[in-house]
Amino acid sequence: MSTLNRRGFMKGALLGAMMAAGLISGHAFAADFPTAKVNTTGLAVTDTTVKVGILHSATGTMAISETGSIQAEKLAIEQINAMGGILGRKIEIVQEDGASDWPTFAEKAKKLLEKDKVASVMGCWTSASRKAALPVFEKDNGLLFYPTFYEGLEQSKNVFYTGQEATQQILAGLDWIAKEKKAKTFYLIGSDYIWPRTSMKIARKHIEQHLGGKVVGEEYIALGDTQFGSVINKIKLKKPDVIYAAVVGGSNVAWFKQLNAAGLNSSKQTMLTISVTEDEVLGIGGENLAGFYSAMKYFQSQDNDSNKKFVEAFKKRWGKDAVIGDVTQAAYLGPWLYKAAVERAGSFDVDKVQAALPGYEFKDAPEGPVTVEANHHLTTKLRIGQWGKDGQAKVVYTSDYIKPDPFPKGYQ
Amino acid sequence: MFGYSMAEIGNIVVMQGFSGLSMFTVLLLMALGLAIIFGQMGVINMAHGEFMTIGAYTTVLISKVAATYGFTNYYFVFAIAIAFVLAFAVGYFIEFIMIRHLYKRPLDTLLATWGLSLVMQQIFRSSFGAKEVSAELPEWMLGSFQPTPDIDIPINGVFVMVLAALVTFGVYMFMFKSRWGLRVRATVQNRTMAGAVGINTAKVDRVTFALGCGIAGIAGAAFTTIASTGPTTGTLYIVDSFMVVVFGGAASIVGTIASAFGIAQAQSVLQFFMTSSMGKVSTLLVIVTILMMKPEGLFASKLRK
Repeated sequence: MSTLNRRGFMKGALLGAMMAAGLISGHAFAADFPTAKVNTTGLAVTDTTVKVGILHSATGTMAISETGSIQAEKLAIEQINAMGGILGRKIEIVQEDGASDWPTFAEKAKKLLEKDKVASVMGCWTSASRKAALPVFEKDNGLLFYPTFYEGLEQSKNVFYTGQEATQQILAGLDWIAKEKKAKTFYLIGSDYIWPRTSMKIARKHIEQHLGGKVVGEEYIALGDTQFGSVINKIKLKKPDVIYAAVVGGSNVAWFKQLNAAGLNSSKQTMLTISVTEDEVLGIGGENLAGFYSAMKYFQSQDNDSNKKFVEAFKKRWGKDAVIGDVTQAAYLGPWLYKAAVERAGSFDVDKVQAALPGYEFKDAPEGPVTVEANHHLTTKLRIGQWGKDGQAKVVYTSDYIKPDPFPKGYQ
Repeated sequence: MFGYSMAEIGNIVVMQGFSGLSMFTVLLLMALGLAIIFGQMGVINMAHGEFMTIGAYTTVLISKVAATYGFTNYYFVFAIAIAFVLAFAVGYFIEFIMIRHLYKRPLDTLLATWGLSLVMQQIFRSSFGAKEVSAELPEWMLGSFQPTPDIDIPINGVFVMVLAALVTFGVYMFMFKSRWGLRVRATVQNRTMAGAVGINTAKVDRVTFALGCGIAGIAGAAFTTIASTGPTTGTLYIVDSFMVVVFGGAASIVGTIASAFGIAQAQSVLQFFMTSSMGKVSTLLVIVTILMMKPEGLFASKLRK
């Protein structure tokens, strides 16, 4: 659908001119990699271009969350093109809309792989959409870069997971809060679907078996429910040291607003959440979040150089008010990892690309260096951010590198 | 008792009582506009939630203006008034171009208004962005009121409660004490005769529909204090709204009030003693059972069959 925009084209043209003048060197040129050699399986790769799909929800409920991912992926692709593309070939984007409808994701994945013959796809957000599209990717031997932190319990040779799996996000965060806040009692609350339920199962095991703590309540809220009066009263009665929360969507906003209105603000109650990023803060309002903690691998406020550059480029491209959440940053990694994989493989063939990526360390990731592991997940750090009224989090803790473990023993 | 002191239990009973009342007023405010449109006119308005969203976005925009010009403390009054006017105007227009052609085809209105709700959602998304936004609340509306150190009464809950009472009173006055209300009731009871005695039934329909939409706008404005504002916010409310109206008996405003109260108390108590989602499921089961025995709802208007 959408191809290069005018600005991207101008940038590319300018760069082309600079290259011709010999100002930039060291890039791979298409002539060194003849198409017949680098594309033996009939993908949409020509002497000058390679087609890459973007498959997210631009409409429907999930557009709230997925818009940031689309923006990050487009930004990365434009930057890659401005550097000369992949093996001298410019990326052409083929964007499809999953429309927040899971079967549509499968259908569009099929279209991208079988009709457009895209060399890889950046896409999916919810686990449900990924589960729907996965059989298509496996059957057609496609390549998917999936950005969201998720519940784990999955590993496919056709997917690279650029977000964290559950244990990476949960264990180190609980360790920190147990140590830092001397927390012994926990109240678990989440929306009622697979990701919060799986995450809470892991959290409960970890609290009971490794931290010597106690879970005093475990609660699931129907998706879209906006009335929290009774739940908040139950929490007041149990007086937990920590509320551990994974509420999503419109419920998330209602949860924080009502919690605050019921007098449970951060001066009276410690809360660690795994479902609030900078994207959600806009809706919740900084004043309702101030003082609470989030466990994520990335926060917009990180002050390393690669992140400063990323934030600046993102705001330049998508407006100064744009905010960047954890998943948006993870989505940004997708195109860059794909580029690295193709260059390591010296080929666009899916089998070679997917074999070439594990072991690669992406040093310039905005979150800081990450490594792709053999199980197609990333080794990353976990950060705890404390929210301020301005809607930005201050990083108060950074863990060591955590290896991904999508099938954790003893936690299932 | 259960390892808690009497004082703790007393506090929880007070706060739980309040949260039940608070949920009652939220449901009532949600359902009032629909009770007029669905109850009085028989139009199944699936876009009811989107009219609430109009109110919510109006509040967010006005809060931005208020922050610039420094009247944040009392902008809510304006926000509610403008939300009503805007939603009323849009409702008036929609009735004119769409609903009035479908009065004789109730099932088609269901489809048409559902389409309308999708169109409106995409308009919100295109004009305000896909992400959720929030209205900055005035200082006095944040936090809680504490009669004793251990009891917290949410101020935004009290605000919604007062507003619901005012709107309900207003609707009652309009429907039962004004000439307009008389015309509406006459038209509902017997359209042909109402027309024969000189009531402009087309105009009555339009104003009634627009009024229902306007009240939805007020509800939407009020809900920015307790919940989210986004393009699909309306979908969070639509199911509950219909549930309240249908359970109460479609044609009765008293029924709507009673049903909102019953559902809220049941849900609030059940959610306290069970888990949240089980509480909701149990409430729905009770409603379904009662509706199986009394298909017209709690307060059906007495008609000769």
